[in-house]
Amino acid sequence: MADRKVDKETGVETTGHSWDGIEELNNPLPRWWLWCLYLTMIWGLGYVIAYPAWPMVSGATEGVLGWSTRANVARDIEEHEAKNAPLVTALLGAEMDTLTDDADLNRYAVARGGAVFRAQCSQCHGSGAAGAKGYPNLLDNDWLWGGEMAQIAHTIRHGIRNDTDDDARYSEMPAFGDILEQEEIAATVEYVISLSSPDHDAALATTGSELFADNCSSCHGEAAMGDKDIGAPNLTDAIWLYGGDRETLTYTIVNARFGVMPAWGQRLSEEDVRAVSAYVHGLGGGE
Amino acid sequence: MDYVKIILLGLITVIAAIASSWARDLAYQVHALLIMVISFVMFIYVLRNTGEPAKATMEHDGIYFDGVIRAGVIATAFWGIAGFLVGTFIAFQLAFPELNFEWGQPFTNFGRLRPLHTSAVIFAFGGNALIATSLYVVQRTSGVRLWGGNTAWFVFWGYQLFIVLAATGYLLGSTQSKEYAEPEWYVDIWLTIVWVTYLIIYMGTIFKRKEKHIYVANWFFLAFIVTVAMLHVVNNLSIPVSIWGSKSVQVFSGVQDAMTQWWYGHNAVGFFLTAGFLGMMYYFVPKQAGRPVYSYKLSIIHFWALIFLYIWAGPHHLHYTALPDWAATLGMVMSIILWMPSWGGMINGLMTLQGAWDKLRTDPIMRMFVLSLGFYGMSTFEGPMMSIRAVNSLSHYTDWTIGHVHSGALGWNGMITFACIYFLTPRLWGRARMYSMSAINWHFWLATLGIVLYASSMWVTGIMEGLMWREVDDQGFLVNSFADTVSAKFPMYVVRGLGGVLFLSGALVMVWNMFMTIRGATPATAAVPNATANATPAE
Repeated sequence: MADRKVDKETGVETTGHSWDGIEELNNPLPRWWLWCLYLTMIWGLGYVIAYPAWPMVSGATEGVLGWSTRANVARDIEEHEAKNAPLVTALLGAEMDTLTDDADLNRYAVARGGAVFRAQCSQCHGSGAAGAKGYPNLLDNDWLWGGEMAQIAHTIRHGIRNDTDDDARYSEMPAFGDILEQEEIAATVEYVISLSSPDHDAALATTGSELFADNCSSCHGEAAMGDKDIGAPNLTDAIWLYGGDRETLTYTIVNARFGVMPAWGQRLSEEDVRAVSAYVHGLGGGE
Repeated sequence: MDYVKIILLGLITVIAAIASSWARDLAYQVHALLIMVISFVMFIYVLRNTGEPAKATMEHDGIYFDGVIRAGVIATAFWGIAGFLVGTFIAFQLAFPELNFEWGQPFTNFGRLRPLHTSAVIFAFGGNALIATSLYVVQRTSGVRLWGGNTAWFVFWGYQLFIVLAATGYLLGSTQSKEYAEPEWYVDIWLTIVWVTYLIIYMGTIFKRKEKHIYVANWFFLAFIVTVAMLHVVNNLSIPVSIWGSKSVQVFSGVQDAMTQWWYGHNAVGFFLTAGFLGMMYYFVPKQAGRPVYSYKLSIIHFWALIFLYIWAGPHHLHYTALPDWAATLGMVMSIILWMPSWGGMINGLMTLQGAWDKLRTDPIMRMFVLSLGFYGMSTFEGPMMSIRAVNSLSHYTDWTIGHVHSGALGWNGMITFACIYFLTPRLWGRARMYSMSAINWHFWLATLGIVLYASSMWVTGIMEGLMWREVDDQGFLVNSFADTVSAKFPMYVVRGLGGVLFLSGALVMVWNMFMTIRGATPATAAVPNATANATPAE
């Protein structure tokens, strides 16, 4: 090229072109850059020989290391399963009510159940199992359907008020909005509040107590202590599933509630159901 | 010609009216109405001006076609602010979910605003910057006026229409659920038409160039335009459920669809955000520095290596999925070999400052260029590293990826675009320089600090959540629930939001500075130099 000139600042020749005043120096490729490029290429060559890489007519080259993501994960799972096999057998054979007697087995079940809980149950019951509005707190000793190990296992296995499992826990509170007058509901609410809180209208609550006896006690009991066979909550303990303020209680009595839980026996393995039962039982409130 | 236009616009208006009444979903209906109104207004305009004697035009071959570039610079700034604003808002939505206001549902929830943000910054802000700078650069480095005359205005307004259709579509719930390719079939077809026109204008200008050789910036721009056209068409192959509705069904399914999507997705990064912006770099950095490009050889080698390697790298987005191991291996290996070719651009940019390093002290625009190259180098090292399978098993699905993307997008694409805007604005509006140099300095520091807060907070949360997800006890059971990782990230999410606020404020300073520079100025006309005199003789 004819127009080559030397750049004054660097003493390097230009290529002789100029575009809108931009010239190019004729510097060679930086050595370190070139060597790094070669190095990555050589490494790449080695890697595609060692690992599965090139698609062929049927299948791909497998690589001399015989490495495979699927085989690796299968091996990991197998390893853990083999290690835990005796405990799994014990867990499957154990009587649920006496599970806690075997410390080793219980520790395993609680660890396994915790993992299941965090993956499957925490979405509703919270990662700390403290529950939320409409989703029971599992840390206290107030149980809607019973807190014995076998009862918990039954609830988990079959669920509550779902239509996929015939053995699901089932009960249905009537919507009293269609049955009682507004004033009667207000009185009933006042009575329910009086059971656990001194902050109530005593006269109204007295009216409510009669209404309660006529309409509610068949399920919640004369003393409003609830009935675990039908999932009727204890109303005297200031523990509320949906809320214990006047507004929420009115809503509950007018419209009723219908909390649903899936039948986990249809989604989890038997050992997982047992493990998560042990975990929930061990959270603090198991009976 | 006018009669053809009248008939065409009339037809479009009628068809859009029919489409809006037969529309099967809200997004389609709104879009049909929008197109109806636009084509009707244009119809009336053309009708009123038909038969009028053509206005004496100032535009001739002696001057560069710069009107569309002025519009592009303003559009870049406008969409930049829009994109940064939405980005900052959704960053705070993640920290404070209450910001998914009940009254705004479903239009303003995170799920719909997120693609609005990504498309606004990549395609509206980045795309307008690329179109404007490429059309500026190709004229200057070819020594000729833009080919095709007012067709460039079709590209500009057609592209804005695409942006509006895409953005409103997201808010109205129209999406094909492919990342960075969310717009539905009719928006895709429209973009294809606009993009091919852009390609034709660009090629036309290069064909009629007066310079003997094609300047390196144009190689990169051309690679960007051609490859994006190909990626866009293949990844959007789909069959509409009805021509009166926005929903379409992808031609590919399952892992093939995923592979096509990330072949597209990674090359959107490779050709849109890397090759295209390297084209910007190769013109504006030597211009601003007033120095020759460091190495012609390096530019050739790294250009072809980059073009060859990028197209393979997509599978590294699908490590440990249904994608076969062999495809993942190839994606990873090519990504790592890509490291040096990527750095070639950084070296060529930085070394161009040889003999002009002192400008870093005095010229905030130069400082922006250098910082953008620094972030470019950092993200093109981080990218190959994250593509390594073992690293990816920790980083994938975490905020580390988000941090990586933003150090590239804010640091490299954002900074170099700001610097180009500061370069172009005074030249296009006939001012000696920007209104305030200290405001550029402020912008530089606000943006830099914003990026640092953003990237570092995302590294922390990314690595933290990656470690929390994989933490197992000695019996092999997971220790943390997903919600545990979410609550652990809260403080860093606030820091990230603050980084966004800083970056956005910097951009607002820029807009003020542009406004003060442009105010009262008359658009500048730049004469095409007599290129034949400069042309190099035959070798």
